[in-house]
Amino acid sequence: MTNMTQDAAGQTRPLSITIGPLQYWWARPAMMAFYAEVAESAARRVVLGEVVCSRRNEYKFDDWVALARDLKSAGKEVVLATQALVMSEAELRTLRRIAEQDEFAVEAGDASALHVLWQAQQARPQRPGFTIGPHINVYSREALQEHAALGASCWVPPLELALDAIGRINPEAERVAGPAGPMQTEVFAFGRMPLAFSARCFTARHHRLNKDECEFRCQQDADGLLLKTSEGDAFLVLNGIQTQSAALHCVIGEGAALRAAGATGVRLSPCSRGFARVIALFDAVLNAGMPAAEALAELRALDLPGALVDGFAHRQPGMAPLAA
Amino acid sequence: MMITKKPALVCPAGSLRALTLAVDAGADAVYLGLKDATNARNFAGLNFDDAQVREGVRHAHARGAEVLMALNTYADARDTGPWQRAVDRAAELGADALIVGDTAVMAYARRTHPGMRLHLSVQASATTYEAIEFYRERYGISRAVLPRVLTMQQVAHVIRNTSVDIEVFGFGSLCVMVEGRCALSSYVTGQSPNTAGVCSPPAAVRWEEKRDGGVDARLGGVLIDHYAPDEPRGYPTLCKGRFDVEGERDYALEEPTSLNTLAMLPQLIDAGVKAFKIEGRQRSPSYVAEVTRVWRAAIDAATSGARYSVQPAWSAQLTRWAEGQQHTLGAYDRPWR
Repeated sequence: MTNMTQDAAGQTRPLSITIGPLQYWWARPAMMAFYAEVAESAARRVVLGEVVCSRRNEYKFDDWVALARDLKSAGKEVVLATQALVMSEAELRTLRRIAEQDEFAVEAGDASALHVLWQAQQARPQRPGFTIGPHINVYSREALQEHAALGASCWVPPLELALDAIGRINPEAERVAGPAGPMQTEVFAFGRMPLAFSARCFTARHHRLNKDECEFRCQQDADGLLLKTSEGDAFLVLNGIQTQSAALHCVIGEGAALRAAGATGVRLSPCSRGFARVIALFDAVLNAGMPAAEALAELRALDLPGALVDGFAHRQPGMAPLAA
Repeated sequence: MMITKKPALVCPAGSLRALTLAVDAGADAVYLGLKDATNARNFAGLNFDDAQVREGVRHAHARGAEVLMALNTYADARDTGPWQRAVDRAAELGADALIVGDTAVMAYARRTHPGMRLHLSVQASATTYEAIEFYRERYGISRAVLPRVLTMQQVAHVIRNTSVDIEVFGFGSLCVMVEGRCALSSYVTGQSPNTAGVCSPPAAVRWEEKRDGGVDARLGGVLIDHYAPDEPRGYPTLCKGRFDVEGERDYALEEPTSLNTLAMLPQLIDAGVKAFKIEGRQRSPSYVAEVTRVWRAAIDAATSGARYSVQPAWSAQLTRWAEGQQHTLGAYDRPWR
């Protein structure tokens, strides 16, 4: 791992930046342009893969691996993620291809992946540790210990978990540790939040199409399909079988609280506009002393897809707006 | 036709009265929770204290029925003690099995009460046999409750590939989202099934009379639905509201409907389903009694060797209790596929 240690002043431990998996289906040119920007960015780690719907078939396993190699040669640590909701044998086959390869580290999307990864770890104990994705239910230190024992070395807490709870579960002074070493904590720090999953595709339903003849309509929604209340307030986003928040979680001003909670890194979730600047601003504020207020003012002027909220970080409803 | 071993009928008990009625109406097992946040129906006036559990166990065991304790929320990072004590209490009070979703709770139960039977809660979101086998190999679960998102074929495929007994939902309110992975409620109210054992909690609900004689239903201040004066009003569960997508106001996620799988009972039994769960610990004792009676008759009929068909009287009775007054087969049969 890179240098995560605290310096003598105890203030400036760097927070490594990770680009979370793309939640939407972007056409190849847009996606390639996006990852070309990421390759040039301050991000250290990039999570790749189709995590929402197996009907999104433009990029196969080999396409993701090719992209992973490109990003690796650009100096990024690359992680391949498995789908969050797995229901069919075909989806299990894809999951096994991802979880059983040894070239890149893996992020587990569900308990099926935990099983396959645990077995792979038993067969080849020298494998790198895997990442526990945000949709795996770890809400206590004991639960994190259970997952560390499987060979995990990085934990992305559930989105609804508050920073104080994250700090109790895996504090810097007393890291949970398993066969793959001490656990890193990567906190979801920016982007629309995946809040729920269903067997049903809400995008197809809106277009009055069956899921199996969905005409891949979600390709038209670069940041998902907005759902508003009858009063016209942006509320949620339909993204195929996934439901997201319309607002974007943003804890750019919480550097001290993130470090106090034992975070070793932050995860930024892709959006279609302004994302390169988002990465630069997070790095500037968290690792280079830029005042958060200044960065926030710029974020708010960026034409991002939604308002900024941070309730989950503070034991509030997730939609609670960012103060100031 | 081969006479199959009867699957178990597992019924909800939000109170001692409901438990008694369910057992007397023919439930093979009842499930209940303690009066705290350790279970996913953490509502005021509901659930059991120790004396009531003891009395419930006595009543059920005297009639050959089992008592399952739902311990299906996620232990709080600030204090996992209540979850551990709930496991201890279940063992002391004579519960036959625990329904669990949290690996922390499973590990504690395994370590402290190795003889205690563990059922994997639907809140663990195990949608594949790989996931179920994971919980069996790690924690020795003997039964798993499947999320309400799988098709009939997928249920059968899971059963063929695991030695764990499979329980499915037979009747009750329909969660369109995968259970155990839904943070919609905490996004709006700060409380979710995983963390607090509640979804769209009553304390966050506000009804507002409007000038047109209709009413707005709000959750955490968010307008979930507006009912015209003549429209029947439903509880503002977040995913069942009417919202606007590209200028169309409709049920964008799910209409208020109930799951009812009576029509596919023989196929589910043939596929090897070992238990049917009735949802509704928050419902009245009369709901529990009537739904249990109908399902007892249906399971008996489906396993009698005689030709099975859904009796009109069963449907009529269940319709009285169905949310939104309409039934669907949920994901088992997907007209929207």
